[in-house]
Amino acid sequence: MHEYLDQIFVLLQHRLMDYLPAAWQPLCGVLLGVVAIVCLFPALFALTTVFERKGLARIQNRIGPNRVGPFGLLQPIADGIKSLTKEDIVPLSADAAVHFLAPVVLVVTVFMGFAVLPMGRNMVLVDMDAGLLFYFAMGASTELAVFMAGWSSRNKYSLMGAMRAVAQMISYEVVLLLSSVTVVMMTGSLSLTKIVEAQNHYSWGLPHWFIFTPWGCAGFVMYAIAATAETNRSPFDLPEGESELVAGYHTEYSGFKFALFFLGEYLAMFSISGLGTTLFLGGWSAPLASLNWIPSWLWFFSKLMMSIFVFIWMRGTLPRLRQDQLMNFAWKFVLPMCLLNLMVAALWRFLGDGWLRWVLCSAILVVAYAGMGLNELRRKQIGPRRYRYAE
Amino acid sequence: MLGEGILKGMAETAKNFFGSYFSAERLTTVEYPEERIASYEAARVFPFLIFDSKNTADPADWEAGMRCVACQICEKECPPKCIYIDKSKDKKPSRFDIDISVCMSCQICVEVCPFEAIKMDTVYELSTDDRFGGLLLDRKQLAKSNEYYHRIHPTEAAEVDDRLSEGRAKTDAKMTAGAIAAAIRGAEVPAAAKATPKPVAEGAVADVVADAAAVTKTAERPTGAGN
Repeated sequence: MHEYLDQIFVLLQHRLMDYLPAAWQPLCGVLLGVVAIVCLFPALFALTTVFERKGLARIQNRIGPNRVGPFGLLQPIADGIKSLTKEDIVPLSADAAVHFLAPVVLVVTVFMGFAVLPMGRNMVLVDMDAGLLFYFAMGASTELAVFMAGWSSRNKYSLMGAMRAVAQMISYEVVLLLSSVTVVMMTGSLSLTKIVEAQNHYSWGLPHWFIFTPWGCAGFVMYAIAATAETNRSPFDLPEGESELVAGYHTEYSGFKFALFFLGEYLAMFSISGLGTTLFLGGWSAPLASLNWIPSWLWFFSKLMMSIFVFIWMRGTLPRLRQDQLMNFAWKFVLPMCLLNLMVAALWRFLGDGWLRWVLCSAILVVAYAGMGLNELRRKQIGPRRYRYAE
Repeated sequence: MLGEGILKGMAETAKNFFGSYFSAERLTTVEYPEERIASYEAARVFPFLIFDSKNTADPADWEAGMRCVACQICEKECPPKCIYIDKSKDKKPSRFDIDISVCMSCQICVEVCPFEAIKMDTVYELSTDDRFGGLLLDRKQLAKSNEYYHRIHPTEAAEVDDRLSEGRAKTDAKMTAGAIAAAIRGAEVPAAAKATPKPVAEGAVADVVADAAAVTKTAERPTGAGN
């Protein structure tokens, strides 16, 4: 029974394909998968907007939206109608074509990333050998869309927002890649399905997820930091810092184009959480061997939603960084730690089984973290602010 | 340090997140149209005009008891110039409009009013679909009874009432004192004049005062003409 439930979507696709002539089957099979993804994730986005608003409200001891529909669950429909009926303003001096293309390019490239994510056992749209590479290539093109939006608007706030966004995304792209490379070093494959398979075995009922190794844990933390910065989420939401730049690169967008940027941001969040899940949290595999009867896709999506919750939780907690702090953090702290983590991963690989590699790898990472952190703190003057002239 | 601050903050927000589902007293907001937080006594929104219920037959007769005498001080002092007053012959405003779309709730009109006639209201649900006429309040809309003022600002209203009755008592006292002083002053003149021919008897003082009153009445006329 659980085998059947686990494969229910795959079987459904095969059943539907049987009605078509054999020549059409590959094309239509892929199209069906695309339609499923294109319907599912925007629906998830709609739900997430409500949950984010409600979650943030609860973090601030408020109630949150609860007027439209039961518990306010129909709020996204109201928001959708609102953004569809709003006037679509294109500035007179804007480059109309690029201005129109930017949100489309953003959403399309973000959607492309989902193509290689394994969302359950046998549930991957395109099982590419270089899936991870494809994912990062697509992830990098969102920067193009962001810059198109900022540049074509012909507005200094848009342009500044876009510049900040691109600077930030390129800086953290490096961290994102380097923290993922450790996983590739361990599994020896760029294929995301193979990466999940490598984590999908158990000893004493516990899974071999990469997060449960010293290098994987450090890698996951750095991946999470970089993912937050990549998706322009708080505390790294400088590109749209409402208090400094009106709304960043999408200042000049209104109506549904603005909604597309919003959609793009959330879809990027989903896909980067999905990739993080795949790389470090065992993808669709169950957290305990005894829980394997629960369908694999349910595990994938529950892990995804947990990551989204952490995103929202961080947004409700942390204040926005300053631009120089952001850059210093990326280049002076996270990047060296990433490079060190590569060394540690190599050490882990060649020390072989045994307790020694656990102790050694953990010790190196902890000492480096504490050392670099304390060194940073020593240079910083923490305490009440002193004024040179005002006293 | 080394990230403990972040963890501490995350713990705090998590506590809020889960706590707000279990203890209702954590929630700082109320569901507005159904529930309202009682406004503070010192709350102020836009000014209104006070009337005393002078007409016993109809206590809601605002025109009779209006404290405003159309002196136009508030109109002149108003920084954004949102008050429009027309005088009438009976020392009442024939027009008193406040444009609340312009008013900035600075309370200067209240502070400058010598007659305690204009005070700040606490009504805040003033939205209207007529953005010009609907926000220009005329004197009928502005007139509210002193009892209403007591209801919204009890302490302040009691002080105002004390001040008003004190002032009334003072003017009364001044008027009686003035009358007596004038009477005495008037009495001295004829008394001095009559001093030589007829020595003043102790019991005749009352007579003298009565005389003096009559004399001052006649004496007032030339001084008044002299002015």
